[in-house]
Amino acid sequence: MNGYLLIPFLPLAAFVVNILLGRRFIRGKAHWVSIAAVAASWVVSVATLIDVMSGKTLDRNLYTWILSGHFTVSVGFLIDQLTAVMLIVVTTCSTLIHIYSVGYMHGDDGYYRFFSYLSLFTFCMLMLVMSNNFMQLYFGWEGVGLCSYFLIGYYFRKKSASDAGKKAFIVNRFGDFGFGLGIIVIFLTFGTVYYAPVFSHAGEIAGRTVNLLGHNVSLATLIALLLFCGSVGKSAQLPLHVWLPDAMEGPTPVSALIHAATMVTAGVFLVARCHAIFDLSETALSVVAIIGALTCLFAATIAIVQNDIKRIIAYSTISQLGYMFIACGVGAYGAGIFHLYTHAFFKALLFLCAGSVMHAMAGELDMRKMGGLKKYMPVTYMTMLLASLSISGVPGFAGFFSKDEILWLAYSGSSPVGKFVWLIGTIVVFLTAFYSFRLIFVTFHGKFRGTHEQEHHLHESPKVMTIPLILLCVGAVGAGWVGIPHLLGGGAHFTEFLGPVLGNPEGHGTVSQEWLMMAISIITGLAGIGFAYFMYVMRTDLPEKVAEQFRLIYRLLFNKYYIDEIYSYLIVRPTIWAAGNILIGVTDRHIIEAVVNGVPEAIGGISRRLRRVQTGLLQNYAAIMATGALIIVALMLLR
Amino acid sequence: MMAVPLNWYLILSAVVFSIGIFGFLTRKNIIIMFLSIELMLNGVNISLIAFSHYLQDLRGQVFVFFIIAVAAAEAAIGLAIIMALFRNKSTAHVDEMSEMKG
Repeated sequence: MNGYLLIPFLPLAAFVVNILLGRRFIRGKAHWVSIAAVAASWVVSVATLIDVMSGKTLDRNLYTWILSGHFTVSVGFLIDQLTAVMLIVVTTCSTLIHIYSVGYMHGDDGYYRFFSYLSLFTFCMLMLVMSNNFMQLYFGWEGVGLCSYFLIGYYFRKKSASDAGKKAFIVNRFGDFGFGLGIIVIFLTFGTVYYAPVFSHAGEIAGRTVNLLGHNVSLATLIALLLFCGSVGKSAQLPLHVWLPDAMEGPTPVSALIHAATMVTAGVFLVARCHAIFDLSETALSVVAIIGALTCLFAATIAIVQNDIKRIIAYSTISQLGYMFIACGVGAYGAGIFHLYTHAFFKALLFLCAGSVMHAMAGELDMRKMGGLKKYMPVTYMTMLLASLSISGVPGFAGFFSKDEILWLAYSGSSPVGKFVWLIGTIVVFLTAFYSFRLIFVTFHGKFRGTHEQEHHLHESPKVMTIPLILLCVGAVGAGWVGIPHLLGGGAHFTEFLGPVLGNPEGHGTVSQEWLMMAISIITGLAGIGFAYFMYVMRTDLPEKVAEQFRLIYRLLFNKYYIDEIYSYLIVRPTIWAAGNILIGVTDRHIIEAVVNGVPEAIGGISRRLRRVQTGLLQNYAAIMATGALIIVALMLLR
Repeated sequence: MMAVPLNWYLILSAVVFSIGIFGFLTRKNIIIMFLSIELMLNGVNISLIAFSHYLQDLRGQVFVFFIIAVAAAEAAIGLAIIMALFRNKSTAHVDEMSEMKG
């Protein structure tokens, strides 16, 4: 047990050391502290995985955190198969991205600050995945949100960055409000917030209803959907996805670690962890699947017309998270976590490659000004190409196995919306391949379109950046090999390993159907790549013509369906109006200020009249005293 | 020998006390006002002694001793304050001393 404690607390220690001593003493060496801590965490995580594989799981409380009546919460740790997988994902990505940051953030003013927050983030994320109760999960959940806010707004002198940080934080409030309510309902229903008793008694609430605003709602559906609210916010699903593209204002390693590999997948982790509750409600599962599918399609369509390389990858992340929710929604939690695990590698890699390109282009993000980078940055090109092959679902690469498993289980599973989400998922396979390779072709092929100075500056990134790229690339290519399906002669070890926690649903289709589905997804993916090659390498004049032809659709997609504008008119402006005219205009000015200023004014008025009594003339006082004494004596005598 | 009746003492006490009050309220010289206070104190002393004798109880006399002792101390401090005031203001007129006006 005690060894496991090192996993979250080493990064915490690194945070404390860096934040206290970093500014004065450690400065440019801050990475040593953070990297040592997170690498040690990784080693312990691997040991933990080996323990868990040999069958040792653990659920233990460390100490009582909150004790109030019947409400008890401990800081406690649950180490099971799901936790072990998450630990590996988090610590591996975190370690490599820490190392990459040494090169990427080199010479930055806030170097120590960056590494402190990165360590703090790792601590919170590990607390989130290792928790054995909902309160500690919530602590980690908010902690990673806070670190996300810090790191998005890392370049806080830039207004767009600090605005993006605020946006991420505020949008997440909407989701977390539901999540918080969900935890409260769980406590009211089960009388505890620990996983073990909640999940083992979950079956008892099947069929129970509660009266909500006059409607009878199934209790399980209510709890599941409230928890899912949190997931929607954290994992940037419709309609709360707006914060994630803006979060790209943060440094690129942050985008890779927080906004691709780990934090945003916490929503999927939550649904998988609480699957005992979700399983009780068909409605809730269908909502999860449909939201996932819509987000998946929606984000992918936006990604195909954007020009900012980081934003393309951000929309791609939203879209891939949609896949994970599709998996959870059709009951294939194992497949969802499998995709989470492979996605962490190839998406972190895509982001780090984008960072490497930015590094060479002196911060330029618009890929219309790039082109032909292939010959200047061979390592970045190769790794990014492999990551793109992986995300496009080319057979043999990590993304293929996880995506194929999701699509197959969606098609063949028992979910009522399975066929629908399968169809959308397959369309998105095409779109994913298309936008990923559009990015590759426009950035790395053709002629350089930037200025002469920029061309002169082009260079491959230093070793400290390219080595993490290569290591992540190994994961992006090979991470899926632990879960090769039975159909291809593998053992589906990954989902089987998670089976004790998440269940292991089987598809209800024939073998030939499974082959067919696999063939469809492979062909769609390759078609997407081919189409991108046709448009951006062979007929480079075509994209503009197409954009001209479908002007309206192009504008709609380019402006991200005007969601930001709609929110601005529907929510942001009315809120600001209400704040200005009601909260400041009425409450503040006429109620609070009236009381705050009125009381002292009244007292002042009374005292202004009263002080005339104080003449300063000694004999006046004496006369008043004598008169008073006389009156008292008179009263006593007359009584 | 015929004893002086209690009433007489009390009347004397009241007269002395009233003179003290009258002096304190009407005179403007601070020294005179100070003397008036002493008169008031002694007016009270007379009545205490008279009752002590009348009731054959020594406690009244003990009280008077205390009053005299305290009055002596008060006179010392009071006079010192008056001296200090006089040095600052070059006057002993109380209406000049109204800094504490509200």
